Amino acid sequence: MSKKELGLAVLLIVIGGFTAILNPLFLSSVNLLNMANLIGLFGVFSIGQGLIIITGGIDLSVGSMFALLGVILVDLLVNYELPWPLAVLIIIGAGTTLGLLHGLLVTRLRLQPFVVTLCGLLIYRGIARYYTADSTMGFGYAGDIDTITWLASGRSFGIPNPFLFLVVVAAVMGVVLHRTVFGRYLYAVGRNDEAARHSGINADAVITGAYLLGGGLAGLATVLLVFYTSSVSPSSFGNFYELYAIAAAVLGGCSLRGGEGSILGIVLGTVLLQILQNLVNILGIPSSLNFAVMGGVILLGVIADQQLGRRKQKAQLQRSQALAAAE
Amino acid sequence: MQPLLELTGIGKTYPGVRALDGVSLHLDRGEVLGLIGENGAGKSTLMKILGGVVPPSEGRIRIGGMEYPHLGVATATRAGLAFVHQELNLFDNLDVAANILFGREPLRGGPLRLLDRRAAHERVRPILARLGADFSPDTPVAELSIAQRQLVEIARALAAEARIIILDEPTSSLTLSETARLLTLVKELRAAGVGLIYITHRLGEIVDCADRVVCLRDGRLVGALRREEIEHAAMIRLMIGRELRALYTPPAQPPGEGGLEAAGLVTGAFPGRALDLHIRPGEILGMAGLVGAGRTSLARTLFGIDPPLAGTIRLDGRPLAIRSPKDAVAAGIYLVPEDRKRAGLVLEMPIVENVTLASAPNYARMGLMHRAAEWKASETQRAGLRIKAPSSATRANTLSGGNQQKVVLGKWLSMAPRVILFDEPTRGIDVGAKGEIYGLMRALADRGVAILMISSDMEEVLGVSDRIVVMHEGRISGGLERAGFSEQAVLRLAIGHGEPARAEAAQA
Repeated sequence: MSKKELGLAVLLIVIGGFTAILNPLFLSSVNLLNMANLIGLFGVFSIGQGLIIITGGIDLSVGSMFALLGVILVDLLVNYELPWPLAVLIIIGAGTTLGLLHGLLVTRLRLQPFVVTLCGLLIYRGIARYYTADSTMGFGYAGDIDTITWLASGRSFGIPNPFLFLVVVAAVMGVVLHRTVFGRYLYAVGRNDEAARHSGINADAVITGAYLLGGGLAGLATVLLVFYTSSVSPSSFGNFYELYAIAAAVLGGCSLRGGEGSILGIVLGTVLLQILQNLVNILGIPSSLNFAVMGGVILLGVIADQQLGRRKQKAQLQRSQALAAAE
Repeated sequence: MQPLLELTGIGKTYPGVRALDGVSLHLDRGEVLGLIGENGAGKSTLMKILGGVVPPSEGRIRIGGMEYPHLGVATATRAGLAFVHQELNLFDNLDVAANILFGREPLRGGPLRLLDRRAAHERVRPILARLGADFSPDTPVAELSIAQRQLVEIARALAAEARIIILDEPTSSLTLSETARLLTLVKELRAAGVGLIYITHRLGEIVDCADRVVCLRDGRLVGALRREEIEHAAMIRLMIGRELRALYTPPAQPPGEGGLEAAGLVTGAFPGRALDLHIRPGEILGMAGLVGAGRTSLARTLFGIDPPLAGTIRLDGRPLAIRSPKDAVAAGIYLVPEDRKRAGLVLEMPIVENVTLASAPNYARMGLMHRAAEWKASETQRAGLRIKAPSSATRANTLSGGNQQKVVLGKWLSMAPRVILFDEPTRGIDVGAKGEIYGLMRALADRGVAILMISSDMEEVLGVSDRIVVMHEGRISGGLERAGFSEQAVLRLAIGHGEPARAEAAQA
């Protein structure tokens, strides 16, 4: 655990403790389980967003992707009556394909990630609304979806399944990012793609890989989110979720310049965001202030992080200079 | 007569580091003062103090008899100081005139304070003419070459009608003819009564234009030379505090067969020109030429960054298709790039991750990095190359230029080099570390590695190479064997005057 993550964890405990003192209901099992569920839902796609941010990119399209993939998922299950494993596989595959498309547009045509995924945000939302004629899609009397409903929104050992999904995704992605060659390349390309290319690394493939993983995780998140709300209204489903994901990643230590961040940090960032949301409710703060509280805390976090980073850099510089001078 | 600029007992202490200690110097009207010293000697700190960027910890600054306790950037400019920086500080989204007159734009329209573009161009045109610039005031800076941008920097100092001009490595990216023009200009300015401080690693220019030389070492003034004392050996002795031993070390054995052979190679930079090149194992092949002669494009092509338009590349006789750096690295052809901060290193990463960047899969088991093995490899390189850092966990951006270059080398030495292409391997590196880099190159050659050394530093090309080839406008204009090495021969080929027939005979 790095100092950055430790700081974030301490902040979590302080804010959590504070809230618990003001309103003990914060620690009630109902509230904790509810939060765990939301952390699971948001954490899965925040990790995908984080991977993309580490390459120096960004994905603004995830919220709209949820709407588009969400209506397709309901359609596949209700109208086409596909068996659920197949439907889920199609959705994750479709998410991966969209991610691949974004990656290719960014690396082959050298388009800016912001622009590519902003267009995605507009296009996917538009198609979702057109496809459903803007009407909400629900499961109604759909056939055999009990298993997937339980899997995506039920509980195991008393813990919400989305949270368990997040634990698995975080563990796998943690190994991928922090232990594999691909992960090493991801950081190198995010920090300095020129030097990475000069070391024989196929930087385009690495970047595309991050978008691909991000898309796949967005597909998985779609399934969880659809069964959480159990209906999809194409004009509002997933609105702003890309911003929650970016906020979680940035809070968790990812720099939008690329090359920085960790899976643990992103998960902690997601947890902090959900605690803040919950705190607004539970402390009776007017819910209209919700966004303002979130924005304020992110701003403070980023400022603190930057000041600490500068001090650390300075100390290291002095150490090497002192050593060089001693020669 | 009162000196134009007088520094007395200037000291600067950063936490834990004494950057400058009791530096006193003066500059008179119509004088060129050469300032030399290795990297880290304190030259840039001194310049920052003069420019008003950082305040001195102690000491006095007098300009034209006036004492300035706190020299800010604006005060320095008002006092008549101007800088020509090594790193270009230009706005490349503006045109030439706007850059030259930045902060002093002619206005019209009274209270509206509109920019008067025509007056600006009128004012800039004679300055450009004086510099012999081949571009007009309304050219966007983005369209200029690095050398042309350097001229814009100089024009800026002229436009400010500065009394004191400080030139910090002004020729590092200029061609020979542009350098000659700059030196003429320096002499003109001196005749007009301007005081100049000339900082450079290129000692020949100091010999050419300086009236006096002062040398900094470890933050102290270690000596001064009068006009008649200025010569290479004396300056090097001052800079490093000892005699520099002869550069050239002969190879342990004659060059072997095979190596890298390029035939009919056409690079993207010069689509009409084909060239042949042979780098033999065990030799250091020096490559000289003017800036823009196509040397860097050739290196980039051989390394697969800009794939060739035509031609064949053979390694030890076997044909090789190099379409990307990945192919080159797999074949054992490595590039130590000119711009090490941008292309050689990931500055924010620790030494260990930089060393294993190109060979990460070798330290992985089933896709998972084996950190202990990686660390061991990096520590081996750190010890072998004598990289001055507390440990392999030190981040690359805290190292000096020479140590950064060693990390780049460590990356390639930890693998299996067959051919290493060095592009300006010692640019911006101090004299002591230069010697180490040359020693490493020789050791590699003696292990049978074929080495190409692209360099604009004549002393280096003549002093380190076993053989020299010279490029001119995208082709090889000739080659020289060690016996035929001379500055004149290299220059003649560099400006395209060598007879190709004789040059080829020399190369064979």
